[in-house]
Formats: sequence, C-alpha cells, structure tokens
Amino acid sequence: MAEPLLEVRELSIAFGGLRAVQNVSFRVPRGSLTALIGPNGAGKTTLFALISGFLRPDHGQVFLDGHDITGHAPHLNARAGMTRTFQIVQPFALQTVRENIAVGAHLHVAGRAAALAEAERVAERVGLASQLDKPAADLTVAGRKRLELARALATRARLLLLDEVLAGLNPQEIGEMIPVVRAIVDDGADDGVTVLMIEHVMQAVMNLAAHVWVLAQGQLIAEGSPAEVTRNPAVIEAYLGPGTAERLRKAHVA
Amino acid sequence: MKDMVSIVVFVLAIGTAALFIDSGVTLNFILMALYATLLAQAWNMLGGFGGQFSFGHALFFGSGAYVQAMAQLQGGINAWVALPLAIGGAALVGAFVGALAFRYGLKGSYFALITLAFAEVFRIVALSLPFTGAGVGLMLPLRAAASNLQFGSARGYVLLMLGFVALALSVTAWLRHSRFGAQLQAVRDNEDAARALGIDPLRTKLGACVLSAAFMGAAGAFYVQVFQYIDPSIAFGPTTSVEALLGAIVGGMGTLWGPVLGALALHVLSDLTRNLFGALPGINMVIYGVVLVVIVMFMPRGIAGIGRSVRSLWQGGRRG
Repeated sequence: MAEPLLEVRELSIAFGGLRAVQNVSFRVPRGSLTALIGPNGAGKTTLFALISGFLRPDHGQVFLDGHDITGHAPHLNARAGMTRTFQIVQPFALQTVRENIAVGAHLHVAGRAAALAEAERVAERVGLASQLDKPAADLTVAGRKRLELARALATRARLLLLDEVLAGLNPQEIGEMIPVVRAIVDDGADDGVTVLMIEHVMQAVMNLAAHVWVLAQGQLIAEGSPAEVTRNPAVIEAYLGPGTAERLRKAHVA
Repeated sequence: MKDMVSIVVFVLAIGTAALFIDSGVTLNFILMALYATLLAQAWNMLGGFGGQFSFGHALFFGSGAYVQAMAQLQGGINAWVALPLAIGGAALVGAFVGALAFRYGLKGSYFALITLAFAEVFRIVALSLPFTGAGVGLMLPLRAAASNLQFGSARGYVLLMLGFVALALSVTAWLRHSRFGAQLQAVRDNEDAARALGIDPLRTKLGACVLSAAFMGAAGAFYVQVFQYIDPSIAFGPTTSVEALLGAIVGGMGTLWGPVLGALALHVLSDLTRNLFGALPGINMVIYGVVLVVIVMFMPRGIAGIGRSVRSLWQGGRRG
C-alpha cells in the first residue's frame, strides 16, 4: 500500500469516565472516498475533532502525509491541507454566501477580488451559484450543507473530513448531493481530493464509499466494503442490539 | 472604492466647513463630534468587526493620553514627536491586554470584564504614582503654537482631528474589503468554523485589538493637547469607555458610517440633556444607559440598520 494520506494510530480520549474514543487506528489512502459509520454516540465526531485538532488526544498519534500532526491547532492543519466541516452547520450568518466561501479561499488567496472570484467558481461546483448574494442565514438546510462543503473546498484542501453533510436532507436533496460529493474526489482538478466522511445515510455510504470503518462505543468494530460491513453480525448488533444478528439469521432461514 | 469616494467627500465637506466657519461654538461642536466619532470608530474595529466587546476602552485612551503628557513634561519631547509615541504606547497596551485575554480564550462578558478590570487597575496605578502626577493629574503648559501642537483656535484641532477620523475611516474601509477584515469577521461570526478554515483566531483578534487601541491612543493624545490636562479618572474612568462603545452600538456595529452617525447622535443628545438638566451632573450617563437599552432591544443594527431596512423596503416595493 502506498503511503496513506492520513494515518491514525491508537488514538484515545476519555472525558472523565467516558472513554469516547479507544485505541482507534486506520489509514486513509490518497485519492480515496471512505466513510466512518456507527450508531449515535459512537464517538465519530469526537474522532474527527481529534484528527482535525479541535481536541487533543490522551494517547495516540495522527499523521498527515507522513508528518506527525498530533495536537496541532486546527488552523495549522487547515494550512497543511486538511479541513473539516461541521455536523451542525456553522455559517458566518451575517455574511453572504459569496463572502462565506471567500473566507475559505483567503487561506491561499490574499487579494479580495481574487478570493471572491474563486468563491464563485467553488459555488459553481457545489451548486450554489444562484445563491451567491443571499445572506447565509437565508439558506435552506440543504443550502447550508452545500455552503459547509464549499467553504472547505475553497481552502484547496487535499483531505476533507465531512461530518454528516447529508443529515437532515430529504431523499431528493440527498440524491442531488451525492454526485456533488463524488465529483469532488473524481474531478482531480486539484490533483485529487481525498474525502473521509461521517455518514448516517446508508444510501450515500453504499453509493459513495470504497471502504468503511465502523465505530461503536469508541472502538473500531469492523471495516471493509460497504456491502461487507452491512452483513457483518457485529455491526448489525451494534446498531440493532445484542442478539439481533442471530434472530435475523433464524428468521431468514425459517 | 465606493467607500474611499465617500470618505473623501466627507473629509472635503468637513474640511471646507472648518476653513470657512468662524463661529467658535460651531467649530467646537464639530471638533467634539469628530472626537466622539474617533472613539466610536476605534471601538468599532474590535467590537464591531471583531465581535470582542470591550467595556474598558478608556484603558487605551488613557495610556495614549499619559504617554503624550509625560513625554512632553518629563521627557522634554516635542508634542508632534510625542504623538506617535502615544499611539505606539496605546497599541502596546492593546497588544498586552489582548494577548492575555485572547490567549486564555476570554470572550463575551469575560472579555468585557477583563478590559474593565485593566482600566481600573491603570486608573488606580495612575492615581498613586508620583510621575503620573497621582490624583492631581498632569498639566501641560499653555504654549499656543502649531509647532507645539497647540492651536490658538479650534480650527487647527478640527483639522488634526479630521485627519485622524479620515485615517480611522480608511482603516475601517480596509477591514471591509481585505483578507484580514474578512478573517476578522469570520472569527466574530463563528470562531470554530474560522479555525477549521485555517484562521488563527488569536492573531486575528490581537491585530484588531492593537489597531483599535492605537486609534484610542490617538484620541487620548488629542485630548491632552486640546485641554492641556489629564487626570486618572478622565483618562481611565468609565465615561470614555461608554462613549466609545455607545457611539458604535447606537450607530451600527461593523459598518463604515454607523459609528459616525452614532457619535453625532449621542453628541447632540448629550448637548441637549446638558442644556435641559444642567443642574444634574452625570445625567447624560443616565440618558446614555436608557439609549443603550432601547437600541440593543429594538434596533440591534443601530442607526445604520434603519437605513438598510428602509432601502430593502424601498427595493421590495419596486419589485412588488
């Protein structure tokens, strides 16, 4: 295997007695689209916070492109090419869509006019071109999710950590968003963006991800292709409760 | 570009008025209105664009004022040379307090409290040290000469103040149309999102704090030159802090012209109250308090916000 873009080694953090993430290790290959799934409260968002630098792990290390970035501040990680989005969208509400995206573009573009122009190009890619002059606060939920994505893209990140960009969308909106996410990885315009997504919408995971890690109660319990992990008894039990896999199998046989 | 045109028009208009008006009362009114504008505009850089609400901006004002006075009295330095020192000194205090507050992530009311606390500490220190003149304060000898930064009439001061205000307006326009300004407003609106996009909130807020403090320092130095006197409660007391934040909040935070309108409105209001309630010292602070409550409750975008609402109503009407 070529050197992974992101490598997480034995990452752990506890909040008091709650061991939110325990000894998690995995490697994200360059140019891939992978997903992290798991039931509510599994520690997925906490894991993202540890990787992106919003939280400092108690144990373990994070490597971006072979460099140890454990405990580096989020803004340094963004400059190194890794940007995250937020599950609960965090727009700069008072500013227009164009201004919001330009903030991301300013990471590499000093001039105001150039950053605003880049914002327009990015808006085009995520389907926000018609809303550029709207205040971010006036966007629909689907629009705000696209805005999260656009701002992160505008930083010219090599690695995007997408935290539930599809949550709260209706089936039609999900259907529209999936190709947008796929295009980010496939475009290759910025020599390949790697995406690691946290996602609950299995339709999207099955559609998009080449490889899936399953987190439950802070631990990785399974990995593999989406088809493999959804058949895995441990995963079924993590989602539906102990004994479910057995009952399902019997029901199937009978 | 549009901002710069409007600033030039503003400066030309006031400058021309100052040159042709001979009435001392009118010149004094313009002078004090410009002074209030500078305070409000300085506060606006950190409070309006950075979202860091200082309740002790007199800290920087007083630092500038004392450096200006002490450099002349104890350092024997020419007032024009003292001026950049005063501005630099205030900026330094801004860097120190800002670094302390932002390093430890103090936001919202905690930031307001720490600035208030520092202003009080400085007031008490100035009250007790001999070289700041202690409670008596410092008095500049009256030597009216342009070379001495003391002008025979208000006109000279008006032009000097207009220069400061023009500079403050230009910096504000720059905040509206630059990378630094965009990053500052991003930190104001959502610090976590800003961090995820590669912005260092500490450095960004610190930069705004230093800028804001520098302009407050200029206002302080100006005060000393106009009144030739400073004491601890004028320098570091709450009056200046309140005037600065009120002008910006009443006018409209994070806008270019809001603080100008707010400062003007408050200045007219305080003149009126002084005429009406002259016998009650401090009544203007009571009125200020009422104005602040009303503005925060009913017009969070300030006077500039009314303009925007009217404009959108107008455009909405035309569309309909």
